[in-house]
Amino acid sequence: MRCAAPISATSEGALKRLAEFLHQLASGLALGGVYAIMALALVMIYQATHLINFAQGEMAMFSTYFAWKLMDLGEPYWFAFFATVIASFIGGVVIERLVVRPFANAPILASVIVFIGLSLIFNSLAGWLYGFSVTSFDSPFNGRPWFGAGYISAHEAGAVVVTLCVLALVYAFFRLTPLGLAMRAAAQNPVSSRLVGIRVGWMLAIGWGLAAAIGSVAGMMAAPIVYLDPNMMGGVLLYAFAGAVLGGIDNPFGAVFGGIAVGVLGNLIGAYVVGDEVKLSVALAIIIAVLVWRPSGLFGRRLVARV
Amino acid sequence: MADADGALGALVAIAVGILALAFPFAASGYHIYQGAQVLILAVALLGLNLLTGFNGQISLGHGAFFAIGSYGAAILMVKFGFPYWAAIPLASVVCFIAGFLFGFPALRFGGLYLALATFALAVATPQILSYKGFDALTGGSQGLTLAKPGVPFGIALTPDQWLYLVCLACAAALYWAARNLVRGRIGRALVAIRDQPIAAETMGINAALYKTTCFGVSALYAGVAGGLSTLAVGFVSPESFGLALSLAFLVGIVVGGLASLGGALFGALFIEFVPNIADQLTVSFGDGAKALPGAIYGALLILVMAAMPTGVAGAARAAARALTPSRQPKVETGGVNVAVNYEGKEKSP
Amino acid sequence: MINRRTFLQSSAAAAAFAASASSARADNAPGVTDTEIKIGQTMPYSGPASAYGVIGKADLAYFKMINEQGGVNGRKINLISLDDGYSPPKTVEQTRRLVEQEQVAFLFNSLGTACCASVRQYMNDNKIPQLFVATGASMFSDPQHFPWTMGWQPNYQTEASIFGKHIAATKPDAKIGVLYQNDSFGKDYLTGLKNGLGPEHAGMVIKEVSYETSEPTVDSQIVTLQGAGVDLVLYAATPKFAAQAIRKTFDIGWTPVRYMTDVSQSIATVMKPAGVEKSKGVITAIYGKDPTDARWKDDPGYKAFAEFVGKYLTPKDLTDANAVYGFGTSATLVQVLKQCGNDLSRENVMRQAANIKDLVLAMGLPGIKINTSPDNFSPIRQEALASFNGESWEQFGELYQA
Repeated sequence: MRCAAPISATSEGALKRLAEFLHQLASGLALGGVYAIMALALVMIYQATHLINFAQGEMAMFSTYFAWKLMDLGEPYWFAFFATVIASFIGGVVIERLVVRPFANAPILASVIVFIGLSLIFNSLAGWLYGFSVTSFDSPFNGRPWFGAGYISAHEAGAVVVTLCVLALVYAFFRLTPLGLAMRAAAQNPVSSRLVGIRVGWMLAIGWGLAAAIGSVAGMMAAPIVYLDPNMMGGVLLYAFAGAVLGGIDNPFGAVFGGIAVGVLGNLIGAYVVGDEVKLSVALAIIIAVLVWRPSGLFGRRLVARV
Repeated sequence: MADADGALGALVAIAVGILALAFPFAASGYHIYQGAQVLILAVALLGLNLLTGFNGQISLGHGAFFAIGSYGAAILMVKFGFPYWAAIPLASVVCFIAGFLFGFPALRFGGLYLALATFALAVATPQILSYKGFDALTGGSQGLTLAKPGVPFGIALTPDQWLYLVCLACAAALYWAARNLVRGRIGRALVAIRDQPIAAETMGINAALYKTTCFGVSALYAGVAGGLSTLAVGFVSPESFGLALSLAFLVGIVVGGLASLGGALFGALFIEFVPNIADQLTVSFGDGAKALPGAIYGALLILVMAAMPTGVAGAARAAARALTPSRQPKVETGGVNVAVNYEGKEKSP
Repeated sequence: MINRRTFLQSSAAAAAFAASASSARADNAPGVTDTEIKIGQTMPYSGPASAYGVIGKADLAYFKMINEQGGVNGRKINLISLDDGYSPPKTVEQTRRLVEQEQVAFLFNSLGTACCASVRQYMNDNKIPQLFVATGASMFSDPQHFPWTMGWQPNYQTEASIFGKHIAATKPDAKIGVLYQNDSFGKDYLTGLKNGLGPEHAGMVIKEVSYETSEPTVDSQIVTLQGAGVDLVLYAATPKFAAQAIRKTFDIGWTPVRYMTDVSQSIATVMKPAGVEKSKGVITAIYGKDPTDARWKDDPGYKAFAEFVGKYLTPKDLTDANAVYGFGTSATLVQVLKQCGNDLSRENVMRQAANIKDLVLAMGLPGIKINTSPDNFSPIRQEALASFNGESWEQFGELYQA
C-alpha cells in the first residue's frame, strides 16, 4: 500500500480519511449533545443562583438509576422517563430548600463545599443501593444506525434531537412565560424582585428543580452511550463545564453550542493533534483559554464591574 | 489583638508543640506514620489557606501542585540520585514557579471561575501524569518506588520516628513563616485584596503581583507536602493524585477554619481520621454497605458547614472569646485582624 | 510403684517435654491462635475502581461459609477487609494498620496494581506473605526479587502472548490495532502481544491507541483504529470500555477480527450491554466458567457456586464475574491453609503457597489445574481461547499453557 500507486488508490485513501473525519465529527456531535444538556442544567442553576453546581453530574447519575430501577420493575421506557424527570424536579426543589438554602448567606466557598458533599453522598448512595458494576440502560431510539455507513447511531441522533428540544423548551420558558421572567428577575435583582412581590426563595427552589430535571434527561441520554455506573458522570461533567464556559454560562444557547463544540473539538483534537489520552487536558486548556481571553464565553453577556 | 487572646494563643501553640514532639516516642510505628501524614496534610492546608482563606482565590486543584512536588522529589531522588534534603526544596521551587505561572491567567477570572478552572486541573492531573511522553521520567503507570530515608549519624531513632521529626520540623518552620507573612504588611495586603480589591488597588497595592506570588507560595507549600509524602509513602503513581485529593484539601481548610493558620492542624486531623471513622460506623450495616463511608463523609461536610461555618478554629475562637471577659471593645479599623472571619458573598463577574 | 512424688516428677517432666517440643516448632504468625487465623486485605470499596469491591465481598462470604463448616484445622478464618479507595497512599496506611495494629498473619487478595506495588517492598522487607494479589500485572510473579509476593490469575502479558501466538499462527498477514487502557494493565497487554507475535511479526501492530478511565467513551479511538486500516483489533480494556468498544465497532459498520482481554469476558457486564448480536465472534481467553453460560447449568462446580451465592451473597452477584473470582481465590487460600496444618508461621504459609499441586477449582474450566513452585509464582497459567456465539463462550482449540 505504500509503494507507488495509481491515482485511484490515493483518492481511495482520501475518501477513507474523509470517512474517518466524518466519523469523528459525528461521534463528537453525539457526545457533545449529552455535554450540551448537562451544560444547560448548569446554566439553569447559574441563572437562578449565580452558583456553579459541582454536584450536577452525580445528581444526574442518581436520577438515571431511578429510571433504571423503574424499568427494572417492569415499567415501559417513556413512563420511567417522565416519572424520573418529575421526581428529579421534586428532588431538586427539596435539596434547594433543605441543603442549599441554609447557606444562602454564607461565603461562596461554603456553597462549593456543600455541593461537593452532595456529590459524595449521591455517588456513595448509588453505589450502596445499586452496586458499582456497569449495567446497560435502554434507549428509546432503537433500530438500525442511520445514514448507512453508521456515522451516528439511532440513539445518538435521538440524543441530539432531545438536546435541541430541551433547549427550545428552556428558551421558551425563560423568555415567554411569566414564571421564567420572575426567575430571571429574582436572580438578577433579588431585592427589587421582592418589592414587586416575587417569592425569591421559591424562584431559587424552582431553578434547582428544573436543573435537576434537565440533568436527569442528560443522564438518561448519556447512559446508553457511556453505560450506567455510579462513576459515569465524572468525565461528562468536566466537559459540560468546558462547554458552559466556552459558550457562556449565562446563556442557554451558548451552553448548548459550547457543549457540542467541546464534544467535536475534543474528538478532533484528540484524534488528529495530541492523542486521545490527553483529551481531559484539552478540556482544561479550553476552560483556561476561554476564561483568559473572553471570560463571559462566546455568547455570554459581557459584564463590567461597577467601581 | 487583645492580650488575653495572644496569651491564650501562645499557650495553645506551646501545648500543641510539646504534644507533637512527644508523640513519636509514645506511639507505635503505624500511628507515627499517621502522625506524619497529618503533618504533611497540615502543610498543604497551610498553603491552600494562604491562597483561599487569606487571599480569597478558590482553588479546587491543589492536588496538582502536591503531585508536582511529589513526583518532582521522586524523580530527583530515584532517577538522579539526589538526597531527600535537596530534592524536596528543589521540587518545591518548581512548584512555586508552576503556581506563580498559573496565577497569571487566574488574575483574569476570579471566584467561581477560578474554582472551575482548578477543578478541571484536578480532574486532568492523573491523565497528565500518565502521559506517555513522560514515561521515561515518571515510570509511567508503574510509578516510582523509593526506600525510606535512613536515620543519619546513627541517632537512636526508628526510620518512622525520624521521618515524623523531619515532617514536624518542616511543618513548624513553614507555620512560623506563614504566621509572619500573615501578620505583616503582606498579610494585610492579601486580606485587603480579598475583601476590597478595588480599594486596595487605589491604596497602591499591586494586586497582580501579590495574587500571583500568593499562588506561587501556596503551591510551594503544597509541593513541600508532596515531597514529604513521597518520603513517607515510598511510592508515587498517577492514581495517587486524583480529584479526591484536591477535594480533601478544600474540605480540610474549610473544616479547620478559613483564614486561620492554626485550623490547618484541625483540618488535617479531620481528613486523616474521619474517613476511617466513617468506615467503622458502617460495620453495623454489614459487609454490603462498604460504599457508605463516602456518603457519611459528605453528610458530615454539610453538617460541619451548617453548624460551624468558620470551621473548628473559628468555633474554638468564639468559645474562647465567650469565656474570657473582654475589657475593651474590639475595634477593627484599617488594620485588619489576622484572625478574621471569612465574610461577604462574592459575586462573580 | 507410683507414689505422689514420682507422679509429680513425671508429670513435671512430661510438661517440660511438651513445652520444649512446642517451642522447637516455628512460632505461629501474629494473628494466629488455636481458634482463629486473622488475615487482612485492602479493597477499593470507594473510588474509581469500586466495581471490584464485590471480590472483597465474595471473599468475606466464602470464609463465613468455611467457618460455619468448622473452619480449617479447627481454626476460623477472620478476614479484615479495609477500603483503600484505589489510592496507593491509603493502601500503605491501611496495610500498615493491618500489619502493625490488627496484627494479621498475612495479606490476601488485595486489589490493584499500583496499590499492591506500593506495599510490596514493605511486605517483603518484613517477610509477610502478600498472597494472591488481585491483579494480573506480571511484576507480581517475581519470586527471585520478591519472594513473599504472589499473584493468582493468569498474568496479562502471558495472556496477550497467547493471543499473539494464535494470531501469528492463524492470521500472519493481519494489520493489528490495539486499544489499551493507559496504565500498567493495558501496557502489559501491549508488551505481551508483541512478545507473542515474535520479533519477525512485530511489525503487524500498525496502530496503538490508549484511553484514560476518566474519559466518558472510547468511540473516537475506535474510529481512529478503523481509519488506520486495521483489520484485527485487541481490546485491552476494562468492562465498561470494552462494551463501548464492541458497540461502536459494530455501529460504524467495521468488522475486524476482535480479541478481548479476559478481564472483560463477563457476559452480563460486557456482552449484554454492548448487545449480544454485536458481540458475536469476539475472541477471548478463559480460565473459568461464566455463570451466565447455560452450558454449566448442571455442572457440580457451578451448582456449588450458585448455592454459595444463594446463601451468602445477593442474587445479582450470581452473574458477577467478580464473585466467581473471589470464590476461586478464597478456595485456593483454604487449600494453602489446609496444607499448613498446624504450622501457621509466615514462612510455612509462603512455603505451602509455593507448593500447590494440581488444585482444581469448582468454577475453573475443565482441565485447568493450579500449580506453584518456588520458581513459579503464577498459580494459573493455562487458558483456553473461546469465541462468543451470542449466548456463551464457545471454547475452541486446546488449553494453552504459558
